[in-house]
Amino acid sequence: MAKNDIIISTQDLTKMYGDKTAVNHLNLSIREGEVFGLLGPNGAGKTTTILMLLGLTEPVSGSASIQGLDCTRNSMQVKRITGYLPDNMGFYADMTGRENLRFTGRLNGLSEDEIDNKIEHLLERVGMTYAADQKTGTYSKGMRQRLGIADILMKDPKVIIMDEPTLGLDPEGMKEFLKLIKELSVEDGRTVLVSSHQLYQIQQICDRVGIFVGGSLIACGRIEELGKQIVKEGHYVLEVEAVPCDDRFLGFIHGLEGVTGIEKEGSRFIVKSSRDLRKDITGFLGMNGYTLCHLRQKGGDLDEIYSSYFEKAEMESEKEGEKHGIRKNAKHLLKKKQG
Amino acid sequence: MESGKMRSISLRRNRDKSVDNTKGNCSGMHSLAALYRKEMSDHITSKRFVIILCLVMASTIAGLYGALSGLSDAISDSSDFIFLKLYTTSGNSIPSYMSFIGLIGPFVGLIFGFDAINSERNNGTLNRLLSQPIYRDSVIIGKFLASASVISIMVVSTGVLIGAIGFLKTGIHPSGEELVRILVYLVYTIVYICFWLAMSMLFSVYCKHSSTSALASIALWIFFAIFMSLLASMIANAVYPINDQYHAIINTMSNYNCELYLNRISPYYLYSEAVSTILNPSVRTVNVVTMSQMVGAISGYLSLGQSLLLVWPHLVGMAALTLAAFTIAYVRFMRQEIRGN
Repeated sequence: MAKNDIIISTQDLTKMYGDKTAVNHLNLSIREGEVFGLLGPNGAGKTTTILMLLGLTEPVSGSASIQGLDCTRNSMQVKRITGYLPDNMGFYADMTGRENLRFTGRLNGLSEDEIDNKIEHLLERVGMTYAADQKTGTYSKGMRQRLGIADILMKDPKVIIMDEPTLGLDPEGMKEFLKLIKELSVEDGRTVLVSSHQLYQIQQICDRVGIFVGGSLIACGRIEELGKQIVKEGHYVLEVEAVPCDDRFLGFIHGLEGVTGIEKEGSRFIVKSSRDLRKDITGFLGMNGYTLCHLRQKGGDLDEIYSSYFEKAEMESEKEGEKHGIRKNAKHLLKKKQG
Repeated sequence: MESGKMRSISLRRNRDKSVDNTKGNCSGMHSLAALYRKEMSDHITSKRFVIILCLVMASTIAGLYGALSGLSDAISDSSDFIFLKLYTTSGNSIPSYMSFIGLIGPFVGLIFGFDAINSERNNGTLNRLLSQPIYRDSVIIGKFLASASVISIMVVSTGVLIGAIGFLKTGIHPSGEELVRILVYLVYTIVYICFWLAMSMLFSVYCKHSSTSALASIALWIFFAIFMSLLASMIANAVYPINDQYHAIINTMSNYNCELYLNRISPYYLYSEAVSTILNPSVRTVNVVTMSQMVGAISGYLSLGQSLLLVWPHLVGMAALTLAAFTIAYVRFMRQEIRGN
């Protein structure tokens, strides 16, 4: 039963550019009707994977299929049921929004009446009716993305693939856009694959996420599951703030069993450990007349899951003694972004 | 249970395929037609088209003006095939329509092709286009066909315009043979301009920026139009020197032939040679003729068939060059990564 539900799947999908492995033996299964987030830093191979799913780039080995159709061999059929929103969705600048949609409709072989009806309906849906007869050259990024959604809905796709769709949107536009994505999945029952490096936004709409680093999928599952998994493996990070913040308190934490690191961030301590310390710390604070101001176990946040998976991947690759230039690079980028 | 499921899946797949096949064939045509239509309307509504049309019209009218003013002199030399002289006569230091088009024609081709692919890539529309259910070659074929159609319309309408105005102004009516010769001339012109279109599309596939491809194709045009003949004579003189009398006796023939063959690499030269043969029935040969070969020849016009026979290789050569350029562009485009940036 569960197997039938899988709409996108890849088996050992591999793509090399010269010596560089862009996608490394990727095995991915995406179920029908879910919103799947493909997360990873720039250059992790997300776009390459997407292009292979659409048959726009040929894999070196392995295969991908959408609804049982091989993405490389049957790319025409695949493209008929798949809508693709690239990161820099381009429209013909000297055509109006409506004309751009009409062109897409014609490419999909729809009849003119059908095209007219669909255009009206879709423009209404994405809230672009007011600008439909402006040239798309005058559109803002947010308007272009919304028109992009209308554009991919012209063919009424079963699967929608978006590549960094939220990049460059303002917060308000982002909110509306995410709502729109969620609607596509919940109301229309379409499968949505979103690639992004903007973790926070993706967290809000994704049913499942896959973390993609250096061409490999290093984790995949529900966000909560990933969080639990990290915790299970003994990566606890605790934020704690108490008054007075003195050396005695610090000394106590230091003396606790399983503590692997303490950092001070403003008036807070960030305590890394291999077990849950909350009970010990609250006990100590209560007994000794401290006031607890802040206590939070990190781990439920995608950002943290992400970076801890990163560290894990990094450590493993170092252990293996491999020179994973891409991975290091990726981590470097991530740090930059967070910093 | 499992096998039953498999069978139902494969059945469904077959059904999908059969539905898709019937739909697929016409959808391939649909998308090509949609692309062609869009490209045509893009061209016709663009400012570029208006500018190019003005340029072509200006040279047509200038050529016609020159022809009309020089026509009486030309007729006094020989009074046969007067209608054709509208196209070939130059006067008052204004070049003829024929040589105008020989020079301007490439520019028309270049303008329509130089940003065909790379502008799509840079604007991100290529991604969007190719994610639609169309074959990748539809894109480049549709673009080529649309531009070639616009070029054909332009060439035929200016050619007919010359004839019509000339007819009204001079009152000379064309004979059947003249009409056919003009038609053949226009076909040669279309193929010639399409070569430049294919060439500039080739550059647009290879170059990232449209300014680079424009510059490269213009450079090629200028090279063939101006420098090729200089280069040909330089090489010919170097290989077969005719500095003194002795060398002149031995080498003159080889020198001339060498220069001619080198020149014929240039489509500009090929075209000029071909159309001057077609529009001028008194041209009896395109190669060098010795005195002994001339003995006993009756001075007269070549028939249409013989003229065509003379320049048939030129048409084949130009068509082959066009195809070669287009094929390279095509193959390269098919293999290129979509992500150009």
